[in-house]
Order: sequence, then C-alpha cells, then structure tokens
Amino acid sequence: MEFTYQLLRSAGLTDLPPWLAVALSAIIPASLLITFMAVGPILYVYAETKLAGFFQDRIGPKRVGPHGMLQTVADAVKLLFKEAIYPAGADKLLFVLAPCLVVVGAFLPFVVIPFGGRLQAADLNIGIFYVVAVASVSTVGLIMAGWASNNKYALFGAMRSAAQIVSYEIPAVMILLVIVILVGSLSFQDIVSAQLGGLPNWFLFRYFPLNVIAFLVFLTAGLAECNRAPFDIPEAESELVAGFHTEYSGFFFAMFFMAEYTEMVIISATASVLFLGGYLAPHESLQDLALIGLPNVGLGPFWLIAKAWALVFVMMWLRWTLPRLRVDQLMHVAWKVLLPISLGLMIVTGGLVLWKPTVLGFPWDRYVGWPLVLATLAYLVVGIFRAVRWSRRRPQELAA
Amino acid sequence: MSSETSAMGGVGGLSSPPTSKSGGGFTPTPRYDSGSADWHADALDVDEMVLNMGPQHPSTHGVLRIELKTDGEVVKAARPHIGYLHRCFEKHAENVDYPGVIPYTDRMDYVASMGNSLGYALAVEKLLGIETSPYVQTIRVIFAELQRIASHCVAVGTYGMDIGAFTPFLHLLRDREKILDLFEWTCGARLLYNYNWVGGLSHDLPDGFVKACRQFLREYDAITVPELMDLLISNKIFIKRTAEVGVCPVDLAISYDLTGPNLRGSGLPRDLRKDHPYCGYERFAFDVPVGKGQYGPVGSCFDRNWVRAVEMAESSKIIHQALDALEKMEKADVHEKVPKRVKPAKGEVYGRSEAPRGQLGYYIVADGTAVNPYRVKVKSPCFTAMSIFHVLAKGMYIADIIALIGSLDVVLGEIDR
Repeated sequence: MEFTYQLLRSAGLTDLPPWLAVALSAIIPASLLITFMAVGPILYVYAETKLAGFFQDRIGPKRVGPHGMLQTVADAVKLLFKEAIYPAGADKLLFVLAPCLVVVGAFLPFVVIPFGGRLQAADLNIGIFYVVAVASVSTVGLIMAGWASNNKYALFGAMRSAAQIVSYEIPAVMILLVIVILVGSLSFQDIVSAQLGGLPNWFLFRYFPLNVIAFLVFLTAGLAECNRAPFDIPEAESELVAGFHTEYSGFFFAMFFMAEYTEMVIISATASVLFLGGYLAPHESLQDLALIGLPNVGLGPFWLIAKAWALVFVMMWLRWTLPRLRVDQLMHVAWKVLLPISLGLMIVTGGLVLWKPTVLGFPWDRYVGWPLVLATLAYLVVGIFRAVRWSRRRPQELAA
Repeated sequence: MSSETSAMGGVGGLSSPPTSKSGGGFTPTPRYDSGSADWHADALDVDEMVLNMGPQHPSTHGVLRIELKTDGEVVKAARPHIGYLHRCFEKHAENVDYPGVIPYTDRMDYVASMGNSLGYALAVEKLLGIETSPYVQTIRVIFAELQRIASHCVAVGTYGMDIGAFTPFLHLLRDREKILDLFEWTCGARLLYNYNWVGGLSHDLPDGFVKACRQFLREYDAITVPELMDLLISNKIFIKRTAEVGVCPVDLAISYDLTGPNLRGSGLPRDLRKDHPYCGYERFAFDVPVGKGQYGPVGSCFDRNWVRAVEMAESSKIIHQALDALEKMEKADVHEKVPKRVKPAKGEVYGRSEAPRGQLGYYIVADGTAVNPYRVKVKSPCFTAMSIFHVLAKGMYIADIIALIGSLDVVLGEIDR
C-alpha cells in the first residue's frame, strides 16, 4: 500500500485529497491481485489438462484456439452462463454463501504474499499467522456446502474435508514455526530477507537435513490442505461422486474450482517464500535486469511466480501419478507420521538456534549448502538425461 | 447362513427390503420426512444412515445400485440391487434361430464380446457334433486372448481409477484401442463383433494380420505391461489400499461359485483352458497365475487384480505361440463347416469356456422340431461374483466398497442380461 501511495505521489498526483490517495493506493493493488487470481485458474486449468494429456500419452485440448488454449476460456464462459440449480430441500442461504466463503478463504492470503521488496499488498508483522487464520475460512465454506446441499455424498465430503484439513493444519503450522524460530519473525518480508545471498542461503539448503524434511512435510500437508490428490478424499470422484460440491452447478461450481486452484498457488507461493527464497533470484545478479542494462526493472514477481508454478507443476504431477489414500490411512499419515516429524523438527531447530553448533568455527550448515545445491542440480540433470535416453532407445530396443 | 439367505432374498428384485429384524439381515432405517416438524430426537436413528450408491454413480461399473447401511465411514451392511440392464436375453434366445442368438450374446458382457460368442458357438457345435478345423480354432484362440487382454485392460485400468489413479487407465485404454483396431480390421466391428459363428468364423483374417498383431504385441510386451506393473501394481498406496481389503478365503470362494480371476485370486489354480482344454489350448504353453498374497492375506482385492495383470502377460505368450502356429498352417475356409440350417436333434448340452471374467456356460435345450432353441440358460461369472459382494462388504469403509466392486470386475450387462 505504501508503495502504491508513493507511486501515486511521484506520478504527480500530489494534489489528490488524502482520503482519495489512500483509497486508490488500496484499490489498485487489490484489483491487480484479484485479476491475477481470477484469471490465473484459466491458465492453471489449461496447464493441468495439457500436462495430464502429456502424462497419459494423449494430446489434451486441441480444438478451441491454437493448441486448445481457449478451451478453458470456453469452459469458464459456459459455466458462467449455466443455470445455478438449487437442490430440493437445500438451505438456500448457506448454499449460496458456501462457495463465496471458500473463494474468500482462498483469495485472502494473497494479501501478504510478497512479490518483491515493496510489491506486497500489506506487510503484516503477523503475516504467517494471518495466512493460517484466513485459510481456515474456506474449511467453514466446505462444511457449509456439504450441509446445505441436502445430499448424503456432500455431507460425507464435508465431514471428510473438515477432519482432513484440521489434521493437516497441525503439521503445516509446526513447519511454519520451524521457519519462524529460525527467522525470529512472523513477517514474510523478514523471512525473505533472512534468505538473502543466493541459492545456498535459501532455507531449503540450510540446516541439512532438517529443512529438506521440513519442506517435504510442508508440501505434503499443503497438498492435503488444498484437497489435491493423493489426498483428495473430500471430493473423491470414484467414491463420493464429487464430494462437497456434488450438487453445485454453473458459476458456483466454477467458484469451487477457482478456489481449489488458487489454494494450490497459495500453498506453493508460501512454500517458496519459506524455503525457496520467495522473490529472491538464485544469484544476486539476476535479481533485476542490470545484466542487460536495466537496473531499475526488478524481477521479484517473476522469480516468485516461477517458483510457485514449479511447485504447482509438482502437485499436478503427483495428482496424475498417485492413487488416493483411504480416510484412515490419511489420518494415519497426519497424526502418526507428519506430526511427530514436525514436532521433532521444531524441537531440534529450537536447540540449534539456542546453541548454534559450529564446525571449526564456522556454522556447520555452510558446509552442506553448496554441495547440496550441486547434488540437487546434478540429480535433476541426470534424471532428465536418463529419461530422454530411455525414450530414444526404447523404440530401437523394440525394433531389435 | 441365515443372514446371507435373507439378504439374498432381495437380490435381483426391487422389492421392498424385509422388515423383520430376525437373522441379522438387512433392515432399512426408518425414513423421516424432514419437512414435518413433529419428530422427536429420541426417535431419530442417529447411528446409521442408508446411502444409495448408484445406479448413477461413477464407479459402480455400470448400472449397479448398492444400498449401504453406513455408520460414519463404516459400512454395516450392503445390498446390491441388480436388473437395471435386463434385456430378456434368455427369452430372446428362444425366439431366434441358433446362429441368430450370437449377436445377443455379444451384448451380454459388452467389454468382452468375443468371449461370449465363443462360448455359445462351442456349445452349439457340441450339440451338433461339429469339429472345427485347426485353422479356425487357432484364430479363435488368438481372438479370445486378444479379447482377454482388452477386457483386462479395462478391468485393471478402471480398478486403478477406482482407487484414484487415473493415468494407468488411459495407458491401458491406448492398448485396448489398438486391439479394437485389429478386430475392426478383421470383422468390421469394434465392440459387438458377431465373429464366432456356429461352425466357423464370420470373416477370415485379413492379409498382414499376423504382422500387425506381432507389432502390437511387441509394443504391448515392452511398454504397457512393465509400465502397468511399475505405475499401478507395485505402487505403495495402491498396495495399501487393496492388499488387506475384501479378503475372500478359498473355501468361501468355492461355496459362492466364484470363477476366473476371482477364484484364482483366492489361490486355486482353476482355469478351463488348462483343466478342460477347448479350441486346442493344450497345444500352448502358459501359466495360470494364482493369488500369492504378497502383501497380505491370500484372496484380497490386490490378489484378484494382480492375477488379471499377470494374465495379461500370459495371454500375450499364448498369442505369440498361436501366431507362430498359424503361420505354419495352410489357410482353410472359415465357412467350411458352417451349417446352412441349424436344426439339432432333440437333446441338451452344456458348453463352457473361460471368458475373461470367468467360466461362462451355456445350457442349451433343443426339442428337435424347431430351428430355434427351446431354452438357453447362461451361467454368468459376474452374477456369481456379485453374489459374494454382501458377504465381503460387511464392516468395510465406504472407499473399500469401491475397491471391492472393482476387484470383482463385474459387468452389469452380463449380470442382468
């Protein structure tokens, strides 16, 4: 907000009445964010359909627009114009309110996601706490949707989602606390600044192996929180038809859809702020376009979105690969696997911060940062190389 | 057995469930009209809820309706309702001539039509005393086994989808499409073939079929089977979801007359192709996989599905051998033994074959005066598989109910006929 305010002032609008300047500086970032969030799902759904096609050895959307790019637009328009059907015996008020709450819960965390040093709607000093709090609003929406639909499948889906989200919120918050202990602040900007100094300083590559485990736990819990496969039991298609949104049609259904994809981006963006340096570039020279002579053009939003989308890609990849867990197995994973791990991580991290163990006078994790980065990159490169070689040699083996 | 018999009473009909609570049978919870205001809290049944699954449900594999009595996520009792796809097959069969029944058999198990018509053709040939030439028999074996692969592609693929894995399904359908292409090339149809005629086949193989079939099998052996094993069968979540679910001990399987992969999943190596060979199956070397219980008790959903997956590889072996045999053979006229007019003498016959879903038997009664059968009775493997459903379903989670239906691999077209 402050940044927008200063921009307005520097654009020569100094004679605006103060109330208008403040209002404008709130409305402009808000509308930018809402546009980003509302248009985003169209992109994510297109990416998902194309990726699913790629994973499943088929083409994916192809007919509407070049390479089917307008398919999701057409779908969105269709959903907009479809009639909203209210099931008999539904609680109409709750039925309408539920998708709104879910969408609000999915959109609100964007307020504190930092896209750059100053590109942030509001730098709350309790940023992490705020994200956790407002993200729970959508849970209420899901339960409302299940209850108001007057449908047993929807009710099952709602009960499952309540149990699931409550369970997985705990390990996720524990992991957030790990980072908070390391940084000593709840503000997203402070967390990002604690990772300044290039790739090896990102939290993922520090305190080996604690933060790698923490990252995986957070990603797993995050997947469960946004009801994505393999934790999609609240809307398990093969069991509950469509779970809590069984009875929704038209735009209400689109809202649930939008919320799901937005939540995915939120989880990914939060994970990249916590572990992957947020809007920081892998190397300081890439933080802006100084290399091509434009030192004033920052690349913060680019890096954050790139990292978030990379994680979104991983989520989609998992969805199209793994089967779904059962309810009791899901609870087992949350309470007996993730929770002890995250509690242990929290205690060990607390100890580390208190005693600061060093090797030969250096902080010990400096020794693993760079090797770990190199090992990760080498693993990725070798993996891609092997996949390419397999796909090239396989037909030759077949012909032989 | 009383509980089973009382629950069986409703199978096949849409009659209202029995009202007496005796015998632990399925009794519905009383329904309350939420519109009326005069309900009492203590009169409400707060424990159990009746959940209607199907006939419009994504994973009941057709128009199956299951009435579930649920306590939270746990299923206390399950009762299948069948008959939504009843098309009077057996009555139709009495009113058309013997060859005319074959298109109707195709429509029973529409996922594996080739197997249905094969069983019927074998039964009528037995009634007429026709012995088909080795050439025709080998082609029949090739097509039956291709159909088995195609059918198991759907069975294993949709089973993965029931568990939540979408991708293996499409990988398998890709190969099923290739098989259907081969069928279409040969007889013009992709789903309902009318290919196995009484005494022969409708069409000879087209030129180049052997080469095309070999090409398909090469890709299938090298890519699809290992991919399936890697992506689905050995997936840890998949094993966790299926290995200890729906355990059917071998004695229970026998007493409910399970056949095919369902029986073999319980650990009993019974396969008509080995035990009572027909169409010259004795000439081919292949294994009959049985459930081993690698990850849990023998006879679980995992074992039934694993047997199907391994059978897909075994079928490929048989086809390779049959193609080799076919190349050494002289071409014969596939219509040579097809009778002009089928009018068997008075008698009855039971002919059976190993269809992809188990033993498919036809009991045919001829009265010796008419060109149409006096009676055709089908012994359907899916129907017997469905009969064990309510026994295995007791005490499961709702998610496991889906896993169980999928592992029994029922096709409602064959149950209802």
